[in-house]
Amino acid sequence: AIEEIKEKMKTVKHKILVLSGKGGVGKSTFSAHLAHGLAEDENTQVALLDIDICGPSIPKIMGLEGEQVHQSGSGWSPVYVEDNLGVMSVGFLLSSPDDAVIWRGPKKNGMIKQFLRDVDWGEVDYLIVDTPPGTSDEHLSVVQYLTAARIDGAVLITTPQEVSLQDVRKEINFCYKVKLPIIGVVENMSGFICPNCKKESQIFPPTTGGAAAMCQDMNVPLLGRVPLDPHIGSRSCLHGHYSCHSLFKEKPETGRRAARWLSVHKGIQEFCNLHQSKEENLMSS
Amino acid sequence: SMFITEPGNLAGVQHIILVLSGKGGVGKSTISAELALALRHTGKKVGILDVDLCGPSIPRMLRAQGKAVHQCDSGWVPVFVDQEQSISLMSVGFLLQKPDDALVWRGPKKNALIKQFVSDVAWGQLDYLVVDTPPGTSDEHMATVEALRPYRPLGALVVTTPQAVSVGDVRRELTFCRKTGLQVMGVVENMSGFTCPHCAECTSVFSRGGGEELARHAGVPFLGSVPLDPELARSLEEGRDFMREFPKSPAFPVLTSIAQKILDATPTQPS
Repeated sequence: AIEEIKEKMKTVKHKILVLSGKGGVGKSTFSAHLAHGLAEDENTQVALLDIDICGPSIPKIMGLEGEQVHQSGSGWSPVYVEDNLGVMSVGFLLSSPDDAVIWRGPKKNGMIKQFLRDVDWGEVDYLIVDTPPGTSDEHLSVVQYLTAARIDGAVLITTPQEVSLQDVRKEINFCYKVKLPIIGVVENMSGFICPNCKKESQIFPPTTGGAAAMCQDMNVPLLGRVPLDPHIGSRSCLHGHYSCHSLFKEKPETGRRAARWLSVHKGIQEFCNLHQSKEENLMSS
Repeated sequence: SMFITEPGNLAGVQHIILVLSGKGGVGKSTISAELALALRHTGKKVGILDVDLCGPSIPRMLRAQGKAVHQCDSGWVPVFVDQEQSISLMSVGFLLQKPDDALVWRGPKKNALIKQFVSDVAWGQLDYLVVDTPPGTSDEHMATVEALRPYRPLGALVVTTPQAVSVGDVRRELTFCRKTGLQVMGVVENMSGFTCPHCAECTSVFSRGGGEELARHAGVPFLGSVPLDPELARSLEEGRDFMREFPKSPAFPVLTSIAQKILDATPTQPS
């Protein structure tokens, strides 16, 4: 399967994994923002793959609940949010949102293999893979299936508290173990912006110095810190009917807040471009 | 299988409660830890079994990180959290050589360890055993439910946050309970609302009311909404006893009432 997947992935330029040790730190929200952010440039083709088999949130976040995947001659067709942004999730294969995917490892792995081998992504600049929390079957599988096709790297999401950081350190060690390059760490929910007085306060106290101190400690780049913002949390994204898209178009207040996200996206793009030129150098030498 | 059919190490455990959620980071471990502390303050002896193998949080939350598990004739001796030995704890965190080590395991290995956790920990006499699970409905959950079935767990607490995504996942978790025959003792909504320290405006950070609505829809009890409380977050970070030290905090009355509802829902033992 690894060879088949390598063949399939020839049309996919960059592959990015979004990881976190702990759940609920905002991986899926981040993945959705990143996908929309990159797709702002209409010449960039973006694919978002949700491999959280037991708790797929991407369909809801992208406003695609109830959508179905279509079968075509060349495989499963992703669900398109924009012309240049396709999405795939196990959520599109369930008959009701209440359905629980109570699967053990091997079945989940089979699903991930199918997602990588049988989805007709077409020509894609960025494939963003949103993962479940932890370091288990799904993570091992996606890394193994994509070894021959090369992953650019992983973005690690955390919140500022030590209970979350201690899991990110595990995730960093996971990356070392499986030889997955680390693009960087994003600290999410870093402060809370009151919608009433616009002042910032801490909900999740960074008692051990937050992601900044951890990154310095473990010698990995910090891509940025983004605050908890109810406009982003519940309105723009999570309710689906407001798409994340609007975050990048609204002006000027939301625009200013979006700037913190955009600088993170820029960091990721730069890493991928560097990765690409390194590979080209490698091939030409 | 001899271990499974004989009550063995769980013989002295009166009631088993599982804490579940479909989504991660909604506060399962927080609720497990605070429930244990609240029950302890009513004079109960409590054990916590942390079956989150990839991201164990309970040891830090109860300031037990770095402690070691010892062996005795009947198995592993759990770690006591307090001097009075009223809370005992078993977690994979105690078995790792370094705290940052990642347990990169696939399902079958995880299942084997969970079976061991259920059969080989010498809990002694406990009023309650609280089982904190990882997010999802996969290997760990099936293994835990299967291994505990002979001991007839009292039921499951299902934790959610108010936002829609989380509520979607918790619906899947309720389906899991139904399919596996686990009684839902109730739904707890966590992180509902934050009071701004600058202007005292209360904001529903993750939108509002999902948990109660969901409980009504599913016909299961709603146990309460725990607000976002920086004092609770801080005391978990520092491994302090929130239920003793912060009685004036916004989260305190709700957590107390949730523990009381659990006590009320516990059938009295025929002595």
